[in-house]
Amino acid sequence: MAEATHGIGGLTFDASKRNLPPEAGVAIALVLIVVVFEVLGRILMNDSFLFNTRENIDGIFNVARLQIIILQVSIIGIIALGVTQVILTGGIDLSSGSIVAATAMIAMSFAQVGEINGMENTRAVFGSGWVDLPVILPVVVALACGMAAGLINGLLIAYTGIPPFIATLGMMVSARGVAKWWTAGQPVSFPTESYAAIGSGMMPVFVFVVLAILFHLILRYTVYGKHTYAIGSNEAAARMSGIKVARHKVLVYTIAGLLAGVAALVLSSKNLTAQAGMGMMYELDAIAMAVIGGISLQGGRGSIPGTVLGAMIFGVIISGFTFLRLDAYYQEMVKGAIIVGAVVLDQWRQRRAAAKA
Amino acid sequence: MASDMQTDISGANAPHPSGDIGDVVLRTEGLTKHYGGVHALQDASFEIRKGEHVAIMGDNGAGKSTFVRQITAVEQRTGGKVWFDGRYVEFDGPLEAREAGIETVFQNLALADHLDVPDNLFLGREKVLFKLGPFSILDYKGMREATLAGLEKTGVKIPNIRNTIQHMSGGQRQCVAIARTATFHSKLTIMDEPTAALGVQETAQVENIIRTLKEQGEPLILISHNMRQVMDLCDRIVVFRRGRVCANLRKEETDGQDVVSYITGAKTQDQYADAA
Ligand SMILES: Nc1ncnc2c1ncn2[C@@H]1O[C@H](COP(=O)(O)OP(=O)(O)OP(=O)(O)O)[C@@H](O)[C@H]1O
Ligand SMILES: [Mg+2]
Repeated sequence: MAEATHGIGGLTFDASKRNLPPEAGVAIALVLIVVVFEVLGRILMNDSFLFNTRENIDGIFNVARLQIIILQVSIIGIIALGVTQVILTGGIDLSSGSIVAATAMIAMSFAQVGEINGMENTRAVFGSGWVDLPVILPVVVALACGMAAGLINGLLIAYTGIPPFIATLGMMVSARGVAKWWTAGQPVSFPTESYAAIGSGMMPVFVFVVLAILFHLILRYTVYGKHTYAIGSNEAAARMSGIKVARHKVLVYTIAGLLAGVAALVLSSKNLTAQAGMGMMYELDAIAMAVIGGISLQGGRGSIPGTVLGAMIFGVIISGFTFLRLDAYYQEMVKGAIIVGAVVLDQWRQRRAAAKA
Repeated sequence: MASDMQTDISGANAPHPSGDIGDVVLRTEGLTKHYGGVHALQDASFEIRKGEHVAIMGDNGAGKSTFVRQITAVEQRTGGKVWFDGRYVEFDGPLEAREAGIETVFQNLALADHLDVPDNLFLGREKVLFKLGPFSILDYKGMREATLAGLEKTGVKIPNIRNTIQHMSGGQRQCVAIARTATFHSKLTIMDEPTAALGVQETAQVENIIRTLKEQGEPLILISHNMRQVMDLCDRIVVFRRGRVCANLRKEETDGQDVVSYITGAKTQDQYADAA
């Protein structure tokens, strides 16, 4: 039907000239940012950002730097996968960072060893009877905690009608409280070897990539995905078409909580400790990744590949700043500006699309 | 909850409609909807029989769309009774109404901007390759083919069904909404101002779709401000005024002038006089 001349008003339609997907724009931005750091590096540092410049190592690229970039974004990236789905429905989730902390504290308590260097572990949260448990237990506990927190978010939003911003803000404060209360502020440490394996090495990247692919397929090819987009696109229409909007929202927020639970597992395992203050501001970083990746805060538009690219941009910028030896203060200032810039860009795209229609 | 309310009309607990239910497809008695202090719909009694095409007319704000939203359970009614397809119903939501066989073109069209034509046609009842609860796998190919068939059947032309609704003209969007009702087999079709945004050709097309429904004996409730269209297509005209039914006119016993005087309130039928 490519060449057919039809349609209302007898307009012609040229199928070969389709608009580029928005993800393409994000990918181009990623490349441009890398190029900027490469050029700045050559000029200011006399070093390459991307390429290997050391004599003693083979290879074209600076593999170590690339690994660090994806490693440092992958844990927040896992959260961003859930936040993406929430934003697609037109909602927001401010609670993920706190859920990570509370979940990590609780799960880690089920993953402690009984003996440290031959001495009894006196810091075990549940005493000596609840140590050296099979790793499946803390994993299940983590997933259950994350889901429970997400479920509460979802029920509040879907059935009381309060804005997602408020509901998840409440959860953000409460979950942080739970994290502190759990051990009266003490960190939980000394996990079993099998627990420590969950987040060791490049495992966080592996988990992130697998989950990204999984949720991309789910959003693209299942009824769940279609309804997620439909609700964000036009909630009233979704309701009139018979979609159970409230029930669907509960599911979306529960999945977001579940993913925060996964992030808690990976993070506490990687750090070999859980602290009440961990995951601070992760929710904002995750939202930033989604927004940079082209997920519209108004809902209905964006995709998981976009968020993954957004996470990469996020990682490249942080890594680039470190490479240029800029202070962490500047990093935060620029991070804030990028988030606002991405939202402005989205609004602008939206207006342009509206003007074209 | 709703399913156990849907007692058979002859069941002991079901409220009995006054009079013979016979070949009535939909009947309402005393249907009422208040939005806070706004009495958008008051005591609306209405019925439509098999094969009948009934027009609802009335001024802006007369309560026509409100009436539709109560029947289709988009909103929960304040009061009144509804029978559909031989049983008393209290639908729990729009999905139940659709599944029971009521297809509706809503005045605001109820389309999702960022989705394409097949997605919109099948919104809320997607074709799936295999069932997995909410994670059932979508049958994109099947939906595309059914969409093309549906568009073909209705003569509606859309340049490219893979385009999102967002970029379509008002008329094209309306065509998508109409094609949606025509694609599914239904026991009752409701169209709320289906030709309001359409050009001459497209209006004729929609009117043809309506005539086809008539030939197939499928009942229709048509809400329209277009007198010629109503006189052309419908057997009966029910007039709403200020949230109440004020006239029920057989086409052969009335004319445009007469209908207008009911719409403006210059006349009221005797049986509705005390209510008004
Ligand atoms: N959700 C609501 N809250 C408050 N008032 C409402 C609501 N929906 C409708 N109304 C009011 O109910 C009345 C009837 O509205 P309705 O949409 O049914 O009119 P209508 O007959 O369909 O008019 P039109 O021909 O313009 O479509 C109007 O006065 C409207 O303002
Ligand atoms: Mg109306």
